[in-house]
Amino acid sequence: MDDAATENLVTEVAFRNFNFHYGKFHALKNINLEIYRRKVTAFIGPSGCGKSTLLRTINRMYDLYPEQRADGELLLGGRNILDRGVDIYDLRAKVGMVFQKPTPFPMSIYENIAFGVRLHERLTRGQMDERVEWALRKAALWNEVKDILPRSGMSLSGGQQQRLCIARGIAVKPQVLLLDEPTSALDPISTLKIEELITDLADEFTIVIVTHNMQQAARVSDYTAYMYLGDMVEYGKTDQLFLKPTKKETEDYITGRFG
Amino acid sequence: MDLHRRRYLVNRIALTLSLAAMAFGLVWLLWILWTTFRLGVSGLSLDLFTKMTPPPGASEPGGLANAIAGSLVMVGLGTLVGTPVGILAGVYLAEYGRFNWLGSVTRFINDVLLSAPSIVIGLFVYAVYVAQVGSFSGLAGALSLALIVVPVVVRTTENMLLLVPDSLREAVYALGAHKWQVIMKVTIRASKAGILTGILLAVARIAGETAPLLFTALSNQFWSMDLGKPMANLPVTIFKFAMSPFTDWQSLAWAGVFLITLGVLAINVAARVLFREKR
Repeated sequence: MDDAATENLVTEVAFRNFNFHYGKFHALKNINLEIYRRKVTAFIGPSGCGKSTLLRTINRMYDLYPEQRADGELLLGGRNILDRGVDIYDLRAKVGMVFQKPTPFPMSIYENIAFGVRLHERLTRGQMDERVEWALRKAALWNEVKDILPRSGMSLSGGQQQRLCIARGIAVKPQVLLLDEPTSALDPISTLKIEELITDLADEFTIVIVTHNMQQAARVSDYTAYMYLGDMVEYGKTDQLFLKPTKKETEDYITGRFG
Repeated sequence: MDLHRRRYLVNRIALTLSLAAMAFGLVWLLWILWTTFRLGVSGLSLDLFTKMTPPPGASEPGGLANAIAGSLVMVGLGTLVGTPVGILAGVYLAEYGRFNWLGSVTRFINDVLLSAPSIVIGLFVYAVYVAQVGSFSGLAGALSLALIVVPVVVRTTENMLLLVPDSLREAVYALGAHKWQVIMKVTIRASKAGILTGILLAVARIAGETAPLLFTALSNQFWSMDLGKPMANLPVTIFKFAMSPFTDWQSLAWAGVFLITLGVLAINVAARVLFREKR
């Protein structure tokens, strides 16, 4: 790609001739896509277009459901993670995820963060304290919770819970962070905070975000993919896609004539 | 009659009928509680907790000490044995066997067991254990109570785990957790209050069971903590004493009824408080 050459982009995740099925339903059709390291990539499109499905393949979430399967190639750092020998627990340490609805665990704020870290690393008490603080600071939540760390994670507000979930995800130090409509259950102020956070986090993590909100995609992402009915219709730099889409369908969608 | 007036009237009638039905149900309950209280309270004394059940023709009225202790031991042991089995089976049903045939079969059998008359359980333990060993025993009593605990705990554990949204499970998996970590560290924890409530309700259920103990623990005139021997217990003692012609025995029976009712009531209140705290 031209952009890759000029900007010195590194491919973090790549889909090659990628297909996905829910039982007999062909949900994703021959997807080819490169997601770049430390960039924010947004998947947009109308409901049911497959954007969440595509996101959930990157950490192989679909493995939980026997009737779902993927084929083709899905490369993470050059390795095909669809291969049989791939350790999905290790994969999920490298690819974190935040869901649509905040999902704090029924434990203290501190434990919410430490939980994921403990699954993969053995840290001393002091190191863990540092890690928890680091993650909470990164998620712009530290100042609000530093005095109430032993309190239940469920006691926080919706926006705080979602930032707790982001902190939990980055505490494991993944390479990629997947965000599945992370602000759709939040009020505008919490949404704004999370959007600012996404921009900051892109300094350290590769971020892929699914969003229903086109303005959000335009605000936070560097690259945008427009999907429709399981097809990748158009993919490119966010500015280009929104200002000069090359496909008629993309233009119709982003101008609100359809969708 | 215009539409609104009609709706108003229909509403009134429906409300009156449902209030009447509620009152009808409540009257019996309150009557039972009142009778228990009235007849039970007069028999309450310190002797109840310190003296043994009286032999026929005794000059002293005696107490229920051995029956209370026996009930506590058997209910405790039955709960201790039945609870882990029930929780594990409930976890299997909710987390592993949600859709497979083994899960469906287990769920069906558990439902049958749940609604089985307790006398059937008592006869079953009598046939396979008491008759083989050749002696009634506290252990057999605890065993039959455990068999009643299991299906109750299985059912509540499964239901409470199913209340945990799958999105929470996915969030744990997304961090790279194995299935057993998801279950042990998050889903069970999330439904802890509900599962504990189920256990309490199971305890309340077996506290008053008579039929299964009649064929297994039988009863005992004396103080005995030997699980291999017949063991005194409140329900069977009440059964015997209430049907006796002696007034002081009858009074003891009512005191026993009062104690059980009070205990079950306390457990139910505790279960309610516990469950409410979770929300």
